Amino acid sequence: MYDAGKIIIGLIVFLGFATFPIWHDGGKAVSAPEPEITAYAKKIGHCVEPEKWMRANHMQLLDHWRDAAVREDKRVYVSSTGEEYDISLQNTCLRCHSNKEKFCDRCHQFAGVHELYCWDCHLESKEMKKWAATDESF
Amino acid sequence: MGCNRREFLKIAGLSTLLGAGGNAAFELLRPGALEASEFVEGKRSLEAGRWSMVIDMRKCLGERNCTKCMDACHETHNVPDFGNRKDEVKWIWKEPFENTFPDQENEFQTEELEGKPFVVLCNHCEHPPCVRVCPTQATFKRKKDGLVMMDYHRCIGCRFCMAACPYGSRSFNWRIPRTAHNLQQHRNPEYPTRTKGVVEKCTFCDERLAVGLGPKCVEACDEKALIFGDLDDPKSVVREIIRNNYSIRRKPELGTNPSVFYLI
Ligand code: HEC
Ligand code: HEC
Ligand code: HEC
Repeated sequence: MYDAGKIIIGLIVFLGFATFPIWHDGGKAVSAPEPEITAYAKKIGHCVEPEKWMRANHMQLLDHWRDAAVREDKRVYVSSTGEEYDISLQNTCLRCHSNKEKFCDRCHQFAGVHELYCWDCHLESKEMKKWAATDESF
Repeated sequence: MGCNRREFLKIAGLSTLLGAGGNAAFELLRPGALEASEFVEGKRSLEAGRWSMVIDMRKCLGERNCTKCMDACHETHNVPDFGNRKDEVKWIWKEPFENTFPDQENEFQTEELEGKPFVVLCNHCEHPPCVRVCPTQATFKRKKDGLVMMDYHRCIGCRFCMAACPYGSRSFNWRIPRTAHNLQQHRNPEYPTRTKGVVEKCTFCDERLAVGLGPKCVEACDEKALIFGDLDDPKSVVREIIRNNYSIRRKPELGTNPSVFYLI
């Protein structure tokens, strides 16, 4: 075989490049950032529905909340565990998750979800920022 | 929501045949909702067959530059003020008598009424033309109490409703509302703003009725010139006032059957 040395070196270099992503990260998966739970939410201890379900379904739940409140005038949500919540994105979800940047936004950025257009209308008010500040200094 | 009894039985039956009853069937019928969860009306919610308003122009101080009802409404609902008529957004405002009642076309008018500013807002018509033309049902008439509602989430900004409304009760957001000077300074944190490209209007404070409060404008009027009540209930305040006083409505000849009555 002619130029065996060059070909073999070339092959090694090629394999090196091709497998770079595998050995560079050593097979580790990049871990998702932990959404931060405010002290206020921690004290209550649970979300409106079980955590795992919320992670997968919160966007659909919000759609149901929106239609129920605006179109059917049903503004109270009774959860699967029988607890009642006033239906409000600004005043209920964000009361517990007042640290929107470190909760909703952080996870969405990681998951590649576009910036939510909800905030073009729904306010994160100064009040929520105040809640967030006091909640974190618990 | 979403399916009637017949469809429900079909899907439930089919999924039982396929051995996928219970939770799986539930997933099919109401995706993104947990089995035992439900939506209910708030306990304090105010109920009526048809909400309506009487505006007693004999008591209104609009002529003397009172704007309390308008200020209260616009502040509560984060209505932008750009300071010019072209970009104006309004839920409740003043209109001279002649423009409010163009059908009252006497050549000469009592001095009292000539040019008198009248308080006007959405008439929450029984037959709202805006609802008929809306292609997305973003504006719709609430069956239980006749409110002409806005679902801002569905509004695509086509402005058919604005063309259809004979009262000019709808405003389009030509500019980003949050850039208006009043909203830069102060926002009600409990109510959302809107965005550029959607139409907005008065909804008789549906969000306040849901928690047992009357409309903000009614609350704000010290003269008690605005009276709110159930038109379907013969014993209600509004019916009593209409029974005992001569009242007029805006352009009733169009067949919209407005729910706002004026005492002059
Ligand atoms: C064009 C402006 C606009 C946008 C965009 C918008 N909303 Fe809303 N939304 C409103 C307004 C105004 C109300 C209050 C309506 C009422 O009370 O009659 C509301 C009400 C709601 C409600 C019920 C009650 C409440 O106060 O929270 C939910 C839930 C909701 N929106 C969710 C969402 C979600 C989720 C998104 C994004 C996917 C979103 N909205 C985007 C304007 C908007
Ligand atoms: C009563 C306080 C409270 C309210 C109200 C609340 N949450 Fe939560 N939420 C929590 C807590 C506490 C957790 C942490 C997980 C747990 O223990 O259930 C959580 C977890 C979550 C998670 C999962 C986070 C993860 O780590 O995967 C999502 C998503 C979420 N919430 C979204 C929402 C949305 C959307 C709303 C409004 C519909 C809402 N939450 C309302 C307290 C609340
Ligand atoms: C644990 C991670 C996580 C957290 C925390 C989280 N989200 Fe999400 N969210 C997601 C993912 C992933 C999607 C996209 C799902 C998809 O595309 O099917 C999403 C989608 C959404 C959507 C639909 C977006 C669209 O463009 O259709 C809304 C609305 C939403 N989230 C609201 C919230 C709100 C409000 C909070 C904070 C209270 C929140 N989320 C917190 C992971 C999260």
